[in-house]
Amino acid sequence: MTDTSTALVETPEVADTPAAIEKVSIIISKGSLEEIYPGLIMANGARAEGIDVNVFFTFFGLDAVHKKRNEHIKVATVGNPGLHIPTWAGGLPGVSALMTKYMEHQIEGLDIPDIPEFVQMISDTGAGLYGCLASVDLFGLERDDLIDELDGIITVGEFYEMAAGGQIIFT
Amino acid sequence: MTTREIANATVEVDDDGFFVDPTQWTEDMAPLLAEECGVPTPLTDKHWQVLHFMRDQYFDKGTGPTVRKLGKTSGVTVKELYQLFPKGPAKLAARCAGIPKPRGCV
Repeated sequence: MTDTSTALVETPEVADTPAAIEKVSIIISKGSLEEIYPGLIMANGARAEGIDVNVFFTFFGLDAVHKKRNEHIKVATVGNPGLHIPTWAGGLPGVSALMTKYMEHQIEGLDIPDIPEFVQMISDTGAGLYGCLASVDLFGLERDDLIDELDGIITVGEFYEMAAGGQIIFT
Repeated sequence: MTTREIANATVEVDDDGFFVDPTQWTEDMAPLLAEECGVPTPLTDKHWQVLHFMRDQYFDKGTGPTVRKLGKTSGVTVKELYQLFPKGPAKLAARCAGIPKPRGCV
């Protein structure tokens, strides 16, 4: 009897180059400066590559699209080991404001827009911007509390429908 | 890097089709390049405004501008840029203008 086991092993077809990413859905879930910028940079950068983009703002990430709060986004100075300052020092009055001012200065130096302008620009690139319904309800917000560029307030189910066929990035 | 024929000339391009030597580019190549990379043709005055701006910036600074810089300084807004070059304004304008792909995150 001949051994046929090798014939049963299928060789998966491997493409020479991986398929290009055509769509991303980016979730911004936190409200500090260092947690909002990366998502915005990824969204803007994806549009620059011609990739379709939806950005979903949930929980404290909603502050990035909150009319009154998006100009006052702060760096988290407590519990942020990346800053290399002692936690007790990060909690002192004024430290967060000072660190935020410093970071904003650095960001401006690189010609990266501030958060309200950046969100506006991302909207202009044709990306979809959405707020999370559960978070809007949780924080007792109204549609008017959020910027006009927001394309809608949607459920998580609607988000998944919108994200179908693309990649999801959670930040 | 490879060579290719376009508008009766031989030019050097990289693996993604961007010109290696921008001096090899001529204006009659732009509509052909545009058609290849999915830019809506015929090219309008606004397209040309962006293409010339890309080249000026390249020869001035050594690199083409990002979308953010284009929107701020070319006289064409970010919204319009994405209408002119839907699949990525800085990238596609660089390709049609015969300059290397601009690098920059924002």
